[in-house]
Amino acid sequence: MKASEIQALLDEPACSHNSKEKSGCARPQPGATAGGCAFDGAQIALLPIADVAHIVHGPIACAGSSWDNRGTRSSGPALYRIGMTTDLSETDVVMGRAEKRLFHAIKQAIEEYRPAAVFVYATCVTALVGDDMEAVCKAATERWGTPVIPIDAAGFYGTKNLGNRLAGEAMFQYVIGTAEPRPALPHPDGIPTYDVNLIGEYNIAGEFWHVAPLFDKLGLRILGTLSGDSRFHEVQTMHRGRVNMVVCAKALLNVARKMQENFGIPFFEGSFYGVQDTSNALRDFARLIGDPDLMARTEALIGVEEARAHAALEPWRKRLEGKRVLLYTGGVKSWSIVSALQDLGMTVVATGTKKSTEEDKARIRELMGENTKMIDDGSPKALLSTYKEYRADILIAGGRNLYTALKARIPFLDINQEREFGYAGYTGMEELARQLALSIESPVWNAVRKPAPWARQNAAGTVLAA
Amino acid sequence: MAEIIKSTKALAVNPLKVSQTIGAALAFLGLNRSLPLMHGSQGCTAFGKVFFVRHFREPIPLQTTAMDQVSSIMGADENIVAALATLSGKSRPDVIGLVTTGLSETQGTDLHRSVKAFRAAHPEFDHVAVVPVNTPDYLGCLETGYALALEAIIETLVPERRNVGRRPRQVNVLASSMLTPGDIEDIKAWIEAFGLRPIVLPDIADALDGHLVEAEFSALTIGGTPKGEIGDMGESAATLVIGKSLDKAADKLAARTGVPDYRFTGLMGLDECDAFTQALAGISGKPVPGQIERQRAQLQDAMVDSHFMLGFARLAIAADPDLLVMLGNFALGMGAEVVAAVSPVRAESLAELDIGSITIGDLADLESQARLRQAQLVITNSHGVETARRLGLPLLRAGFPQYDQVGGYARTWVGYRGTRQALFDLANLLQAQHHDTEAYRSLYWQDSPRALETAGAAPATGLVH
Repeated sequence: MKASEIQALLDEPACSHNSKEKSGCARPQPGATAGGCAFDGAQIALLPIADVAHIVHGPIACAGSSWDNRGTRSSGPALYRIGMTTDLSETDVVMGRAEKRLFHAIKQAIEEYRPAAVFVYATCVTALVGDDMEAVCKAATERWGTPVIPIDAAGFYGTKNLGNRLAGEAMFQYVIGTAEPRPALPHPDGIPTYDVNLIGEYNIAGEFWHVAPLFDKLGLRILGTLSGDSRFHEVQTMHRGRVNMVVCAKALLNVARKMQENFGIPFFEGSFYGVQDTSNALRDFARLIGDPDLMARTEALIGVEEARAHAALEPWRKRLEGKRVLLYTGGVKSWSIVSALQDLGMTVVATGTKKSTEEDKARIRELMGENTKMIDDGSPKALLSTYKEYRADILIAGGRNLYTALKARIPFLDINQEREFGYAGYTGMEELARQLALSIESPVWNAVRKPAPWARQNAAGTVLAA
Repeated sequence: MAEIIKSTKALAVNPLKVSQTIGAALAFLGLNRSLPLMHGSQGCTAFGKVFFVRHFREPIPLQTTAMDQVSSIMGADENIVAALATLSGKSRPDVIGLVTTGLSETQGTDLHRSVKAFRAAHPEFDHVAVVPVNTPDYLGCLETGYALALEAIIETLVPERRNVGRRPRQVNVLASSMLTPGDIEDIKAWIEAFGLRPIVLPDIADALDGHLVEAEFSALTIGGTPKGEIGDMGESAATLVIGKSLDKAADKLAARTGVPDYRFTGLMGLDECDAFTQALAGISGKPVPGQIERQRAQLQDAMVDSHFMLGFARLAIAADPDLLVMLGNFALGMGAEVVAAVSPVRAESLAELDIGSITIGDLADLESQARLRQAQLVITNSHGVETARRLGLPLLRAGFPQYDQVGGYARTWVGYRGTRQALFDLANLLQAQHHDTEAYRSLYWQDSPRALETAGAAPATGLVH
C-alpha cells in the first residue's frame, strides 16, 4: 500500500478528531506504545463476517497467536472461528514462493470449506517482500468463482485504529455494492420496512442480540453490519441501506462517509451502551428516515423499554448508587459507557483521554462535571495512583489492564472485545450492573488485602492498595 | 443463621444419609492393626464393605457378629463374645471396634456387659483392645457415628493422666469424617513444616490409601493411628480439632488429659487456613515457613483470578453437616451464593453456615430446591450424578460415597493448596456452563439463506452451504 493512501485514511474528513490533535492516529512511539497493529485492527473489523474464510498470509506469528480469540458471536456459521494461515517458511520467503503458496491455500480453503468468500490478510513479512496479493486474489477469484478479497493492512502500516479503517476501505472497494438485497418480507404488523446498516458493531459476546429484536419491532431491517454476526452477501448489499449507524467507534467512519458520498446514505454516530444511548440511537434512525409514524412508534417503544429497564435495574441501582468508577478505555467507547454508568447512579471520577480531542474533553466536563480527572497516561502506575487518589471503587478498562487491577487487589470490569458478557441495549444493562456488583461486592478483596495474622505484630499497616 | 427446615416427605428419595454404623466403622478403619466388628446381621457388614471398597478402592477389613433368626430373638450377646474371641485368636488385632446396628440396638443389646463377659471368659486376649460404640442407624448419620466412635476410642484408649507437654513437639489432631486421606496427608505436612509431630486420630490417610504391600492379604488395617500413640495423646503439647462434630470428643480428650485444644470448623478458605497456621506458629514458637507464605500468596492470587466466575454463582450443596458448613462458608467467602443446602441430619454446627435456610433431607430435596432456585452447580457425592444430569448442571463430587471416578478419596480440599484447587475446579465448571446470549433470529430472515442456518454449524471439511 502506498504511503499516500495511508495518509489519506489518516486524514479522514468525517472524523471530528481530524481538525484537532489526532492522537488516536498518531504514529506509534518506539518504546512507549501499547495496543495492536494495523493487521490486528483489520481482523477485528472483519473477522465477525461469519461465512468467510479468513486467511492470514504470513509466517505463523500473526495468526498463531491471535486466532479464535475474539469475543464476537455468530448465529449461524462458525467458519470465522477456523484459524487459517499460509504459515510461510523460510524457504517460502527467501525463494519467493509465498504467492504460490497463497494461491494453493486459497484453493484449499475454497474446496474444503466452501466459504461465501475468502479474505486474505497481508502481514508485515508478505508486505515487505512485496507479494502482489491483489493479483493473486484476482487470479483466484477468476479461477474458482468465489470472491477472494485482499485486505492490505500489514502490521507496520500503523495502529489498530488504522487497521480498522483499512479493512473498511477494502470492504468499500471490493464488497459493498456488489450484490442486490432481496425484497423485504412484509412485516407481520403491516408496518413499512426500512433497510439500515450498522458499522462498527461486533456482536461481542452476542450483545447485539439484546438489541436486534427492537429493530424487528420497528420495521427496521438490518441489511448488513460491519461486521457483527454478518454474512458476506449482506455486506455486499449494504449500499441499499437508508441509514448507517456508526456504533461507538470513529475507526470505520471512512466507510460511512464514503457510503454517504457515493450512495447518498446519511449516517450518525451512536452507541447501544446505556439506556439513554440506546434510546437515542433508535430515535436517530427514525429521524434520519424521516417517517413521522416511525418516529411515533419509536417513542412508544422507547417508553416501554425504558420503563422495563428502569424497573429491572432498580435493585442494582440501590447497590451501585454512589459507587465511584475509574474508566480507562482509551477510545470513544468511554462516551457510551459513561452514560450507562450514570444510568446506574454511579459516579465516573476519572476517565482516559489519551485519544480525545479538545472538543471531547469539553464534552467530558459537561457530562461528568468539572472535577473529573482526565488521564492521559494509561500506564498501570498512573491508573493505580489515580484510583487511590480519587477513591474509586472499580476500574473499568480493556483486558490488558485486568491484571493491573487484580494484582493491586481492586475490583475490575472488562469492556474489551475478549469479554464473556454482553452489555448492549436495555437488557445488556442488567448484565453490566450484575458484573459491576459482582466484582465490587466480592468478599475476596477484603480477604486478600488483609495481611497474614502472624504478620500483624511486626508489619502493621501493610494493607495494600485499597 | 440459617433456618433449619425438616423435609416433610414420607419417602426419602435418593438418600443422602449414610448410617452411623458405617461412620463408626470408618473411624476404626483409621487405626492401625484394627478391625471393625459390626454387631448385626451379616448383611450390615456386607453392604458396608462394598460401600468402602468402592469409595477407597482398597480391601476393607470388616467383620460381623452374624446375628441370625434365633439370636435376634433369643439374644445375641453370645455372638459378640464368640466373634471377639474368634477374631482375637485368628487375626490378633490391636483394636476391635465393636459397633452396633439397627438390628442389635432394637433388640436391646448390652455391649459393655458383653465385652465384660468376653474379658472374663478370655483373659488370654487381654492385649486386644475392644472399643464398644452404640451406633443405631435410626439416629444420626455417618458423621455422628464417626464422632461417637472417636469419643469411645478416647474413653477406652486414652488414660486419665496429667502429662501435658511431656512431648513438647507432639500435637494431637482430631480429624472429622469430612476429611479425606488427601486432606489428612496435607494437614500432617502442614504441622510437620513447623517441626511438630502429629498424632492424627483417626489416620485414614495412612490406613486407606496407597498400600501395595508385601503381604498379599491382611485381615486387619495396615497403617493408621497405632494404639500406643493414642495412649500417648495425653503427653502432647496441644490438640487441634477439625470439625464441629468432634466437639464432644475434644471435650472428653481435654477432660481426661488437660491438653489444651484449638478448634476449627474447617480448613478451607484463607481465614480458616490462617487461623490454623497461626495456631501452629504459636504452639511451635517458630516463624511461619516460607513455603506456607508462598502457598498463602498463591491462594490469594487464585481468589482474585476466580472471583469473576465464582461471584454470584448459585451453588447447591448436599453433605453431612461438617462438610456442608466447610464448603458453604468457603463458597460464601468467594462471593458465591448457596441457594440450596441439604444436610441428612440436624446438627448444632449448621448454625455456623450463614445462609437463608438449610433443609434436613435427601438428594430429591436438593434437586427440587436447586431447580426452584436456579442453581448453577451441584456439590455432593456420586449419588448426585443423576441429580445433576436431570438438572443439566455440572457436579463437583464431595463426601461419601464417591464411586464413579477414581481418586475422590485422595483429593485435598483443605489448606491453602487444596482451597486453591477447589477454586480452580469450581471456576472451570462454572465457566464451562457459561451461556452466551441466545442468538436472535430476525423475522426478515424467513425467506433468506439465514433461515436454513444452524447456529455454530461446524464448518466441516467439504461442507457445502
